[in-house]
Amino acid sequence: MTPQLLVNGLVAGTTIGLGAIGLSLTYSILRFANFTQGDLIAWGAYLTLTVASAIAGLLAGLAPATPLAPFSFGWTLPVALLAGMALTVLLALALDAVLFARLRARGADAIILVMAGFGASMALRAGLEFIYTSAPAYFTHELQIARPLGLGMRATPDQLLVLGLTAVLVLALHLLVTRTATGRAMRAVSENPALAAVYGLDVARVVRVTWIIGAGLACVAGVMSGLLVQIRPTMGFDLLLPLFAATILGGIGSIPGAMVGGLVIGLSEALAVQLLGAEWRAAAAFVVLVAVLILRPSGLFGRGA
Amino acid sequence: MELLAYAAFFLTVAMTYATICLGLNVQWGQTGLFNVGVAAFVGLGAYVSAILTTPEAPGRLGGLGLPIAAGWVGAALAGGVLALLVGALTIRLRSDYLAIATFGVAVALQLVFQNAEPLTGGAFGIGFIPRPFGGLQRQALPFAALNLALTVALVLILYLALERLAQSPWGRALRAVREDETAAESLGKSPLRLRLEAFVLGGMVMALAGAVQAHFIGFIAPANYLPALTFQVWAMLILGGSGNNRGAILGAVVVWAIWAATAALIAHLVPAGEQARASSLQLVAIGVILCAVLLWRPQGLLPERRAVPRHLGRP
Repeated sequence: MTPQLLVNGLVAGTTIGLGAIGLSLTYSILRFANFTQGDLIAWGAYLTLTVASAIAGLLAGLAPATPLAPFSFGWTLPVALLAGMALTVLLALALDAVLFARLRARGADAIILVMAGFGASMALRAGLEFIYTSAPAYFTHELQIARPLGLGMRATPDQLLVLGLTAVLVLALHLLVTRTATGRAMRAVSENPALAAVYGLDVARVVRVTWIIGAGLACVAGVMSGLLVQIRPTMGFDLLLPLFAATILGGIGSIPGAMVGGLVIGLSEALAVQLLGAEWRAAAAFVVLVAVLILRPSGLFGRGA
Repeated sequence: MELLAYAAFFLTVAMTYATICLGLNVQWGQTGLFNVGVAAFVGLGAYVSAILTTPEAPGRLGGLGLPIAAGWVGAALAGGVLALLVGALTIRLRSDYLAIATFGVAVALQLVFQNAEPLTGGAFGIGFIPRPFGGLQRQALPFAALNLALTVALVLILYLALERLAQSPWGRALRAVREDETAAESLGKSPLRLRLEAFVLGGMVMALAGAVQAHFIGFIAPANYLPALTFQVWAMLILGGSGNNRGAILGAVVVWAIWAATAALIAHLVPAGEQARASSLQLVAIGVILCAVLLWRPQGLLPERRAVPRHLGRP
């Protein structure tokens, strides 16, 4: 394991971890494996890109689009990210209202919700291909030089920003869930929704908050991945297996667990690329998933499957 | 003449999809196991049969040149083994772990199809797969008609066998496990074992269907076994009516007809540069159909027939 592999794995792992936190929360609170989480990531990236291009188009000629040194993007991207997050949340809430909430109200089995999400994921992904075509898109065409970090490791400023932003987000979210009334309500609903409702908790609000957090993080993950790699309609679907592997490895419902799981998957992918070649990258998540299912199906921080 | 040959071709492909649906129906319709890796089972069957039956080729392992029937048997066995492994790993766990694991298997096998070049031919796939009645290939109509007869016979045999099995004590125990696991267990049935048996049986049928399809087309490549195939087959089964074998066959024919018709429309009406884009709308439609049926007609076109008189069953 070279030190550089560590950097590559951690950077890729943060995207997976952020997406997995959203998946883990919906999994534990809404009680189903949400196959649309990957496509929310891709939609988040495209929605942010659309807003960023719109801002750039409106301001053309007024303000030169200079990158915010030392990063590769200008101030439009952070602004567009906030708008993109709001739009992704709206998309997730709309999907819940049209599809999942109706099935829940009918008392459908969890597996029917899984299947509905599976169908919706196909529609969402193909919809992106229709609107934006399958050609890759980019937030920026600026080139960045990787700077030495010591010990033979190098990283671009963008990559370091992604690592830092992820750490802040995970910490904030962890405090929200463990220290606030909203967080307590979320944990109560995840333990026992019927009891939580009897106790007077607003279960519908908890469901809403869960989607807001899950979709918001999905958008951030999509923009990060789009910034560091590229934006493609299948980018989210390709992340889905790593997301599930990270969620189960971390233990369903555990926020630190999902992040740790994401980093482990990111590192194993980097290792697979080095040992076997880039074409086998996606196999790493599968191997981790099988190992977890054999050794510890409840995950590292889980409460039991 | 040409139209007749095309109709036979269309129906033959529809019959191969119907076979996949029959296999999936054993897993989902009869047992409630959600398999998200349909493409993996179909693809495995296709590749195993192709490797067993194709003539020797330089630089590629396999090419054993066995008869087609041996390829079919090998494919079904391989599908059974894959299902046994995945099932043994996940059926004891919560129900959606099977979905996630089968999804992972589909991703992993797709990588193998793509990258294990000495075995699978990589992105170019495997060609020269022997076709049933291949001696008649130059006479379009008899060739098409005989192949259609073969696949119809296969679907018919599988249909009768699976119906028989569903009526058997095994099939009744399976439905009992699906409806009320605790009650079935208290009667001495082992839910884990029954589920695993059903999953293996379904996997065998799907892999067999993959082999039949590969031999009919004569050529396979990794792109045939993308997740889109899994979505198509699920739309077929859910639309047709899960739990009902006739629904599974009907759904396969209907969805394949819609798919083929819209594909033809796109090819004729849409300019070449925009065709890829237009066909992504087909996939949107597949996803929407799946969700719409789940919302408004979860029982599908042909609902499952109740094995117990209505007044005895649950409301």
